[in-house]
Amino acid sequence: MNFKNFRRAVVAVVLLLAATPALAQGRLNVVTTTEDLASIAREVGGDRIDVESIARGYQDPHFVEAKPSFILRLQRADLLVVVGRDLEIGWLPPLIQQSRNSKIQVGANGYLDASLRARILDIPQGQVTRAMGDVHPLGNPHYWLDPENGKVIARAIFDKLAQLRPADRALFEQRLNDFNGRVDAAQKRWLATMAPYKGVKVATYHRSFTNFADRFGLDVMGYVEPRPGIPPSPQHTLDLINEMKQQNVKLVLVEPYFDLRTPNSVGRGTGAEVLVMPPSVGGVKEVTDYFKLFDYNINLLITALRKAGVATD
Amino acid sequence: MRGQYLLCSCVFLVILGGGLSSALAQTNDAQGLRQEIDQLRKELADIQKRYDDRITALEARLGGQVPTPGAPAPPDQTPAPAAEVPAGAAGAGGPTGSLPIYGAATAASKIFNPDIAVIGDFLGAAGHNEVNPSPTFQMHETEATFQAIVDPYARADFFFAYGQEGVELEEGFITFPTVPGGLLAKVGKTRAAFGKVNTLHNHQLPWTDRPLVTDNLVGGDEGISDAGFSVARLIPNPWIFLEATGEAYFGTNEVFTANKRGDLTYVGHLRGYHDITESANIDLGGSYARGHNDAGLVNGVDFGRFVTNLWGVDATVRWRPLQRAIYRSFLGRSEVIWSRREQVGGTQQSMGYYASGDYQFARRWFTGVRFDRSDLADDAAVHDSGQSLTLTYWPSEFSQIRGQFRRIRYAEESTAYELLFQFMFSIGAHGAHPF
Repeated sequence: MNFKNFRRAVVAVVLLLAATPALAQGRLNVVTTTEDLASIAREVGGDRIDVESIARGYQDPHFVEAKPSFILRLQRADLLVVVGRDLEIGWLPPLIQQSRNSKIQVGANGYLDASLRARILDIPQGQVTRAMGDVHPLGNPHYWLDPENGKVIARAIFDKLAQLRPADRALFEQRLNDFNGRVDAAQKRWLATMAPYKGVKVATYHRSFTNFADRFGLDVMGYVEPRPGIPPSPQHTLDLINEMKQQNVKLVLVEPYFDLRTPNSVGRGTGAEVLVMPPSVGGVKEVTDYFKLFDYNINLLITALRKAGVATD
Repeated sequence: MRGQYLLCSCVFLVILGGGLSSALAQTNDAQGLRQEIDQLRKELADIQKRYDDRITALEARLGGQVPTPGAPAPPDQTPAPAAEVPAGAAGAGGPTGSLPIYGAATAASKIFNPDIAVIGDFLGAAGHNEVNPSPTFQMHETEATFQAIVDPYARADFFFAYGQEGVELEEGFITFPTVPGGLLAKVGKTRAAFGKVNTLHNHQLPWTDRPLVTDNLVGGDEGISDAGFSVARLIPNPWIFLEATGEAYFGTNEVFTANKRGDLTYVGHLRGYHDITESANIDLGGSYARGHNDAGLVNGVDFGRFVTNLWGVDATVRWRPLQRAIYRSFLGRSEVIWSRREQVGGTQQSMGYYASGDYQFARRWFTGVRFDRSDLADDAAVHDSGQSLTLTYWPSEFSQIRGQFRRIRYAEESTAYELLFQFMFSIGAHGAHPF
């Protein structure tokens, strides 16, 4: 090797070494269990992260198949964000175990249970048994349907991203603040829109909308399924129809992944409108992010309530 | 070194001297000093109270109950477990009043207990079977499971099967999910990764029984399940999920019997999986197993040193529309297995297969069909064949009722027509099985 070649080789090695930190600081691979968490993670992480969700917004997040293709996604993940509260208990543990990825094992730095700081409702009191259906002993896992919890989730994701990528902390913080500001502004608008309908009674299929109803002042008076995870029985349907008639309930809210036959018969029996209301981002094609989830649902509710002639204050 | 000490001493003295002179200058008046101390005490008490309130609020939030801002935290109503000081001990310099009981049974003490579940499998049979009649009623199997994370590096799973013949450890193994090299390692007693059905527990099967090829060539209910170790690795490629598994066992089952320490059973499995669409996927596998059999055993001595080789291929097609996943699904599956068994009188080369389809037509209802055919492992000249129809009802995720009409032609001599019915029920927290 002559001196010229040697010099070139040295320059190449130096450039390679200089480039190594930049390569190591590539985009973080974030995998979330639901599209809601993915949307919030995108808000905080921006273009510094790649985000994929395992479950689609239009499928029941309790019953996701633990497909091997998800193992490949988790194998590459730097961070796994889960809803928690046992929502994914039926399918996520074997995926994590088979991922061979030490970063995202339960308790590792790359594992984030987004529920830990959220406001959780429906925590069962007293003895919990399966006679209560497929009840979640740690509380209702559909907590992301409260925008305040959306901010809490974003904060938890920010903390984790800042821990994993301290160099981008300032950017993540700026994006977090921006997200929180937009949530606050949007929430003011949503609350004002829903304010005239505070206390309106609705029935829902599953207990997916507990946090949503609590935040926006709806009163969930009954459920199409007699107990969580138990399909509706004729007697329960009849009881629900009678109760809805008695309380003059005008809306039945159904998640996109449930069969509409029973809700429709409830609707026919009571004159209530059946609304297919997505509890998740991606539940219908118009709902492409966290803000549109609330925009869409509130617009859907308001339109139906006006149509039903529900009296406002 | 001496210079460093000198420098440090000087710096210390300067700081101390500066501090003292400053303090002396500020506290010439003793009364003023007392007032300052009182003020500091008050501020400290305020800070402590603020932090106590914040901690209480945080604890309440973690417990899922957000206190109203400004509202006092609810007092802890649970009295601490305590025991009385024994009579006569008072006044002897020992403790007085109640003694704390350490390790008392509280909810917190259960946190590290494993997830425990019990699955009952009640089986009934009606009809006619001269070759392999099962009891009219039997508690076919009760599976007790204990599963937990061991430490940051491993988890453990135990499955005990209580059957008609007694109790056995169906599986009991530790899994190391993050071994260097991208390996997934298991050590203990496991069901070998040979094909599909051999890896499944009874409650995972879509039938009340196992296919004839499993009974005849792969060891039946127990299957190839022994103590050993298993290592699985994903094979990186841009197209499909590809996983290779290698296992070594000390054989004690119907198919493989280790007659001395070196007689290990070796199992290899290659699995390829691909999503055709978001609702449909295909799962293909190839398996190989080799080990000694018991054909040459005479009075506990292995004179024959005979070996059995097994080859298998399996194919599974699944369809489950995501938006209607809880109402509709289809699973089509087939396995073909070849056995080459050395024994007295020559080598037997047998073959068997099953093909099945299971369709979910409502949230709680499933129906299925299965076709079976298998030679006998020790006599390839004769074979059994069968057909089954199943209907399954799920009252909930935790129980199922299944009926199976089964016709089996045994070795072309006797035909059995049976109606099998099964009640399966699960209590506790049973961990999810791999896909």
